[in-house]
Amino acid sequence: MPEAASGSARQAVASIAWQRRVTDHIMTGVAVLTVIIVLVPLFAIFAYLVYRGVGSINWAFLTQTPKPVGESGGGMANAIVGSGLILALASVLGIPLGIGAGIYLAEFGRNRFGDAIRFTADVLSGVPSIVIGIVAYAIVVLSQKHFSALAGGVALAIMMIPTITRTTEEMLLLVPQALREAAYGLGIPRWRTTLSITLRTATSGVVTGVMLAFARIAGETAPLLFTALGNQYWNLHTNQPTAALPLQIYAYALSPYDDWHRQAWAGALVLIVLIVTAVAAVRFAVRRGTFGAA
Amino acid sequence: MRGPQPVESTKVSDVPAVARRSALVLQGSSREIGDRVFKFIMLLCGLAVLATLALIVYQLVLRSSLSWHAFGFKFFAARDWDPVNEKFGALPFIYGTLVSSFLALLIAVPLAIGVAVFTTEMCPVRLRGPLSFFVELLAAIPSVIYGLWAIFVLVPILSNYVEPFLSRTLGWTGLFTGAPYGISMLAAGLILAVMVIPIISSIAREVLMVVPQHQREAALALGATRWEMIRVGVLRNARAGIMGGIILGLGRALGETIAVTMVIGNRPEIAKSLFAPGYTMASVLANEFSEATGDVYLSALVEIGLALFLVTIVVNALARLLVWSVTRGQPARAHA
Repeated sequence: MPEAASGSARQAVASIAWQRRVTDHIMTGVAVLTVIIVLVPLFAIFAYLVYRGVGSINWAFLTQTPKPVGESGGGMANAIVGSGLILALASVLGIPLGIGAGIYLAEFGRNRFGDAIRFTADVLSGVPSIVIGIVAYAIVVLSQKHFSALAGGVALAIMMIPTITRTTEEMLLLVPQALREAAYGLGIPRWRTTLSITLRTATSGVVTGVMLAFARIAGETAPLLFTALGNQYWNLHTNQPTAALPLQIYAYALSPYDDWHRQAWAGALVLIVLIVTAVAAVRFAVRRGTFGAA
Repeated sequence: MRGPQPVESTKVSDVPAVARRSALVLQGSSREIGDRVFKFIMLLCGLAVLATLALIVYQLVLRSSLSWHAFGFKFFAARDWDPVNEKFGALPFIYGTLVSSFLALLIAVPLAIGVAVFTTEMCPVRLRGPLSFFVELLAAIPSVIYGLWAIFVLVPILSNYVEPFLSRTLGWTGLFTGAPYGISMLAAGLILAVMVIPIISSIAREVLMVVPQHQREAALALGATRWEMIRVGVLRNARAGIMGGIILGLGRALGETIAVTMVIGNRPEIAKSLFAPGYTMASVLANEFSEATGDVYLSALVEIGLALFLVTIVVNALARLLVWSVTRGQPARAHA
């Protein structure tokens, strides 16, 4: 009975094919589901930020310092300015060092020593931020004898360096060798070639790396806890305890006062707007692809 | 980009070698010096990277030596944390760090791989950009904002709906018993999961994209359905790299501080139930470091920092090796 056998075989094949097709659809469904599950917290967080934050931001929030415990009103103006001060210090310390190390790796670092720096930078980018806070405390705070904006800046600079170093190196390596050779052929010294030709060509890529590093440290709280410490008042001295937006949000979120919770949301909205603006600007710059064309 | 600019020393290149050597003494030497100085300054920047890491290790070892001499290896096995009587044991913090991180991975890994597979293999090309942008955005949200959201949104949801439901249905396992306060190991694991998903999924995406196209074509040519193609042709080839991404996510989860500190409850106890509060190595540092009185207390905290540092370094090195083995020498892109 060959016909019956082949008939049942055909049926078996058909049912396997059906099973395979169903599995395929199920797995597609599962993948779509995971995307939805992952995007839910993202939208929930942004929705809550806008919902709680927009109602809480007012002129007082942006221009006043915190009121004493128990009094409502006041704002985070000193924390916004303090964050600016700490981030400026971190940028002044971290950006030149990071770019310099990146230049070294790309132009002179094709050797064991370069590999050591590369590996160290990667290790450094994985060090927990709280540990970097401890080290900044040990180096700056203990020697200055008090908490300061400078200590916070040092901690954040350490966090910026690895990202900037590695992206600078990558971007410089994308610049064609012929461009460098053309410059050498014109008799331009190597340092001038690197700064005015190579680095200039890679500018938008390097800026991307810098902005990514900046966005990453702008919201950091842990390394500031025992370096910048926080401050209820105005401070523009680099050697004094300084308020920072993330620190203030942290303190207010854990407080038992509704008005402080409200201000924590407002502060969070201000912080996220700053960071998302930076990230979006970066993506816009990358999309234009100036460095890709080189 | 600017065009090539006239430079005075151009003439040097077309004079004969002998003349050039003498010319170097006169005018080219300044250029040699310029190059040397430039290289030296860049070298200093590179050395600064090495020095930073060395300084971190040195400071951590130096400042934890007191505690190391007082407690030795027992520090990591002792369960009591009693600053008043100066008895310090790190076990509850190690336990809290491990449990919250593994809980996070348990939730994050399937989701992150699902997202990576969807964005690289399934979704329409038009959606690819926006989707990966949204997932990247998740990585850009600061830890303190995750914590804020977790306190006011996630924790109430957990204590009102999720925890009562879990204790009714899965209470018999012993993992979901006790009062549903919301502030718990479970909350910490969940918020950590949300935070590591973008890391794992962006690495997984990168790794999936370097799987050669002919692997996919071969599988499809053999009559595989799309899922079979993904399973046999793509995921199997990307295993090592995805593993690297997972371990990188683990490294992030182990060291994450603020969001966890805000929701874990901060109590140095070892409890089986995930509804119970816990404490992690990073959060004990965040809470107690600036208030620590007494040299031994401070030293014990720094030793926890040192342990955390060593663990994350090993974990990260492992992850990078795995990712590199797949992307073959292309440096892993920085993830912010």
